Formats: sequence, structure tokens, C-alpha cells
Amino acid sequence: MSAGEESTLSAYRRREQSTTIAPLEEQPRAHTEAAGDGTRRELLTLNFGPHHPATHGVLRLLVTLEGEVVRDIKPIIGYVHTGIEKTAEDKSYWKVIPVVERMDYLAYYFNAMAFCSAVETLAEVEVPRRAQYLRVIHLELNRIASHLIWLGTSALDLGAVSIFLYCLRERERILDLFEMSSGQRMHTRYFQVGGVIEDIPPGFARKLRDFLKDMPKRADEYGAILNANEIVLQRLRGTGPLDADTLLALGVTGPLLRAAGNPWDLRKADPYSSYEDFQFKIPVGTVGDNYDRFACRMAEMYESVKIIEQALDGLPGGPHITEDRKFALPPRHELATSMEALIHHFKLVTEGFRVPPGEVYYPIESPRGELGCYVRSDGSSKPARVHMRDPSFVNLQALSHMAQGGYIADMIATVAMLDPILGGIDR
Amino acid sequence: MPDATELELIAQELRAAEGSAQASSGSPVLETVFFRGRATLVVESERIGAVLVRLRERGYGFLASLHGVDYYPHEPRLGVIYELLDMHKVDRITVKLRLASATPEVDSVTPQWPTADHQEREVHDMFGVSFRGHPNPRRILMPEDYEGHPLRRDFPVGGEPVLFTYNEGETRGSAP
Repeated sequence: MSAGEESTLSAYRRREQSTTIAPLEEQPRAHTEAAGDGTRRELLTLNFGPHHPATHGVLRLLVTLEGEVVRDIKPIIGYVHTGIEKTAEDKSYWKVIPVVERMDYLAYYFNAMAFCSAVETLAEVEVPRRAQYLRVIHLELNRIASHLIWLGTSALDLGAVSIFLYCLRERERILDLFEMSSGQRMHTRYFQVGGVIEDIPPGFARKLRDFLKDMPKRADEYGAILNANEIVLQRLRGTGPLDADTLLALGVTGPLLRAAGNPWDLRKADPYSSYEDFQFKIPVGTVGDNYDRFACRMAEMYESVKIIEQALDGLPGGPHITEDRKFALPPRHELATSMEALIHHFKLVTEGFRVPPGEVYYPIESPRGELGCYVRSDGSSKPARVHMRDPSFVNLQALSHMAQGGYIADMIATVAMLDPILGGIDR
Repeated sequence: MPDATELELIAQELRAAEGSAQASSGSPVLETVFFRGRATLVVESERIGAVLVRLRERGYGFLASLHGVDYYPHEPRLGVIYELLDMHKVDRITVKLRLASATPEVDSVTPQWPTADHQEREVHDMFGVSFRGHPNPRRILMPEDYEGHPLRRDFPVGGEPVLFTYNEGETRGSAP
């Protein structure tokens, strides 16, 4: 590139391209034999993404390669930054729910759950047990749906195309269930502060049981397809390993941490929303390589099915949302007869409810790890600050540690097993 | 969560340990808040590194989250919040510091807690807090040449030109 061309680049582009890497001598050399003839070491910087199907969204990676060996990875993010946290400050609490749902767009129930629980803690709203169970049912269904998308797209990255279609087929059934309970397939806005918006309709339980009967069989089939596939095993076993201590230092939680042998799961460790009522196991791995990550998530789907079965069997009676009229809309029939209900309805819909001043950080276990919602209230009907500690954002930091010293093909598998959701990373 | 008594004990211990280490300055713990069953230590911003290390020795070995907050119009205006977690006792404690808007500077904790890397960059990006000693103190979500810090409470919503390839040379912040 000549000097004339250089100067036409904007300052922004120049700065973006000025990413530096550590000096060559300081970098580990794991696969020296792969780096050419051994007389010359040359580094190649490859721009990977943002529009690459294997990056699972608009993730851009500046990869420094020595031959085929990855020496350094710099994630560049922000391409789908939509300022959701800022938007949330401008809306009353109940209107924030659909906005935060769009952060991690595969695990929308979890975002809503973290936000609603934080607000409930601030406002000291009691959630009825039936609502807690309904929440658990939907959360775990959402976990299966999220893992199905992960499984399908990851298999696609590894060259298995058909499994993607099978996974979407199962996910469709989950989305049908979501549509039954809330009217929406994605970003359902089903969770409300104080409970859930509506009780499950007639026929939901039967359809859910059909699904629960089929799902373990389907998961068996997917496991059979992939676990007997030599290519998949070769690409997953022993690639991208990282030990539990390094993962903890990097703040990684969720299936990635459990794959390394640390059985940390907030559903067990610090139960919320009646998770203590259910019997389930936490799948853990041993060495923390890509295969363990794969196996952990696969096993989690069976456990989620078990939780949903128990929640459905033990579904308590009672209201599906808090009876506190200051926070939940009154039932429709009351509006015709009760002046008070009409006033409550009007206040809730126009201004929204007010939340006592304070700050709360509420963590839950999302499909990708600890999803924490920090809400600060200044006493008005709009939050003064909403922050999501999104697991994808934090887990992404581990990518360069996992993939350094490995081959670039293994990096693809590692990104797939990391399961980053860019909507959650950029928010 | 530690209960209110234990929070006071932790604060007392920090005051004793840090107070003797630096006799000239005051206590590192400015305030303890126990709210909705959650314990918060408000610490002096200059001592954050030492306080977090002491808490790590007490078992709070996992930095779950680091985020910023803007208390506009109150002063000191900006806040940085550290959520610590003890995975053995399943216990959380929040450490908070406040920074004046004139000098929003605090020591980076990334060298001790690698997980803080992206999160400190995000706080820097969104609130304009400088983290001294951060290995890569650049913006993370907004473009590098972006002016202002969007999550500050007085930052207006909307009204800024969108950067596309065709108007790259025309918008604010690009090369002349």
C-alpha cells in the first residue's frame, strides 16, 4: 500500500487496524512443526468476520496466524450495539421487559426473569408459587430451545448439515408452546413483575407432555448421530481445553465452567424461583475441552426435561401473578365493576408503578452462565440504570486463551462451543 | 449474602487491616449498606485494589460483575460496582466506589482479576471512567472515534448521524 492510499483511510479505520500483538518471542509455540519449514517465522493477520457464518452473529475476530496455528485473537465487538441499557432508562419498568428480552435473543425468558426478579426484590413483591413454577417451566423450555440452536449451528460449523434441521424441528415445537402460553413465539413478554401475564391455556399441559415424552428420544438420536461421527469427535476431543482455575479468573460461568469440572450452577447453589423443589443433576466434564462442553450441554437438555416434568406434575394452584394491585394489572372483569380497579389499571398503564429507591444485583443461571441484572431505582416509575451482566460478554474473553496455540480449524470449533450470542455481548 | 452483622465485621476487619497499613489516611470503608438482604461496602476509590485483595483472602474469589452507574445530579457522580462471589459459602458482597465527575479515575483491577478486562473497557466506554493501568484502555462497544459517553444520564438520546461507508468522510470524527 502506497503512502497516498494510506492517507485516504480515515482516522477511525487506521486506529482500528493498529491492533498490536505481543512480540513473537513472548508467544507460546505449541505446534512448531506446522509453521512452515522452520527457517522462517512469519505472522499473518487474518480478519475473521463480522459477517461470517461461523462466528454466530456479527462477531469480528482479528486472528494472528503462524502458518495454520493461531497465535493471537482479538475480538472486536459492538456491531449490534443498540444501546438497550440506555433505552431501558427511558421507559417505565413494565415497558423495559420487551427491551431487555432482545439482548440475548435466544434466551429471552432469562433476560426477562433477571430483570423482573431484580425489580421484585427492589419493590419487595411476592411472586405466587404457581407463577414461580410457570416461570421454571418456561425457563427450562427456553434453555432447551437455546441449546438446540447451539447444537444445530455448532454441528453446521463442524460440517454436519442435517442435524441443524432436526434441531430446528424440535425448537419449533417449543416455540409453538410459547405461542400457546403467550401469543408470541419469540420475545414473548410472558414474565411480568410479580408473576406471569396469563395462566397457561387448556391443552398446554397435554402438548407439553407430548413434547417432554419425545424430547429425550430426540436428544438420544442427536447424540447417536454426533457421538458416532469420527469427524465430530476428532474436531472436538482435546481441542481448546482450559482448566477451571483459568476459567474462574476470566469470569467464565455456565456450561463452559462445568465442562472443566467445576459444578457451579446457580439453580443448585443459590436457588431462586423454587428451583430447590426439583430433583436434577448438574452435568460436569473432566478435562474442559470442546467435547466436554458439547457433552455438558447435551446432558443439560435431559435435566431440563426432568425439571419441567416435575414442575408440571407439582404445579400448585393459586394466582399466576401477584395480587398486589399496585404492581399487577387487575383482571379484566373487575374493570367493569370496580372503580378502584379502573384507577389501578389507569395508573399502571399510563405512569407505571413506582419502585422504592435502591440498587439490586440479581443473578440467575442462563444457558450460557451467570446472567445478572443490576437495577438502580431513584424512586420514580423508570429505572435509573439497568445493566445486564451478560455471560456471553464475559465468556468471550476466554476465547483467545482457549484457541491460542491450536489450529485455526479448531478455533472454529471453539467459537461454536463457546456459544456466544452477539445480541447479549453488545446489548 | 452476609447478614448485617457480618458485613460490619468485614468492614471492621478492613478498617483495621488497611488503617494500620496506611496510618496517614483514613478508613478505606466509607459506608456499609444492607439493603434487601444484600450487603454493600462503599469504599474509598484509591483503596479499591487493596480492598478487593483483602476480600479475596476472605474467600470472595470470583469477580462476578463489574459495572458503572451514574448518580447524576448527585456528586460524586459516577460509581463503579464490583460484585464479588464466594463460591464455597455461596455468599455475595458488593463493593462500590464513587468518583467525582471532574476526575473519574480509578486503578484498574484487571491485573489481579482478568475478568475485569472487557467490563472495565465497557465502563470506560459508557461512563468515561479511566482505569489506570488497564492493558488495553480503549473503547469496546462504541466506535473508537465516538465522542461522549452514552450511558451518562445527561447524554441525549438520538440525533446523531449514522456512520455508513458512503458518508464516512462527512461525519464527525473521521479523517479530514
